[in-house]
Amino acid sequence: MFTKKQLLKKGLLSVAPHMFSVIPFGIVCGAIGIELGFSPVLVYAMSIIIFGGASQIVFLQLLSGGASALIAVTSVGVINSRHLLYGAVLSEYLEKLSFIKKLLISYLVVDQGFAESNKFFQKNKNEPYLHYHLLGSGGTLWICWQLATLSGIILGSFVPEELGLKFAVPLTFIAIVVQDLKKLDHVIVMITCGLSSLLFFDAPFKSYIIISPIIALFVAALVLRLKK
Amino acid sequence: MTWLSIIIAGIITYFMRMTMVALVDRDLLGEKVKAVLAYVPSAVFPAIIFPGIFINDYGTFIEMNDPKIFGAIVAIVVGYFTRNVIATIISGLFSYWIIIFLL
Repeated sequence: MFTKKQLLKKGLLSVAPHMFSVIPFGIVCGAIGIELGFSPVLVYAMSIIIFGGASQIVFLQLLSGGASALIAVTSVGVINSRHLLYGAVLSEYLEKLSFIKKLLISYLVVDQGFAESNKFFQKNKNEPYLHYHLLGSGGTLWICWQLATLSGIILGSFVPEELGLKFAVPLTFIAIVVQDLKKLDHVIVMITCGLSSLLFFDAPFKSYIIISPIIALFVAALVLRLKK
Repeated sequence: MTWLSIIIAGIITYFMRMTMVALVDRDLLGEKVKAVLAYVPSAVFPAIIFPGIFINDYGTFIEMNDPKIFGAIVAIVVGYFTRNVIATIISGLFSYWIIIFLL
């Protein structure tokens, strides 16, 4: 059995390698906001209020491109709706928490933290303080995201665009799923999702980001049925 | 107006994070649903990976000789064999940079 402190540390260490992607992306995110002409306070406040990388960029790009606030807000909602799936997965491990703790820890659920803590949870189902792992991973990502977007806001146009730092984002997620390429069922689900995302890329409100997981999960259900 | 939009977007995002954890009783989900949920990472992350590689900043498909494809292949091979997140990210970024800056 792990102590709370050990779990916190394990959570922190599990997402630490992802900083090679989160920090450059956060810097780009802050820099883009400034470049688009928004006030530094506003750009930074999004990192606290929304706390969701891609959705923050999309929101500012839409507004600066003349889209209505309704479209910008809807897009953020659609992009971040994938967290419903993360929550559904995590709820199994968090169900013993009090309602207040559930409300608080939910704020920290983001892609990489979900991915790494979920991997840990699957292997350590019976640990009593599992949520400390999520606190460690989510808390680390939160702090780094704040510092990275702040740096981007300060550095602004000094961030060289030709570096293509945004490319670090797909790479960090490749690192998360790459070991599952060993399992044929997962490969089928991944390819379904990936191809759907390209097919539906132009769907309104960036909805490809939730449409393709839904299609992929239906395929997963089919695969499960065939496996029996 | 922009501030109000950010706050509403933040509240919506928070509800997406919180609803399934705090408001929905997990027993409502059947065993079959739970089995399917095990595929969530594989069903979600490619929707971030594929467009991040194959679609450029202007929303159009990249050429098949784009350095991002090379970078992604290197990252997949390195990640598969090293099981190391840092090696995966760095190898992908560096191979991408080598092509755009040196070749």
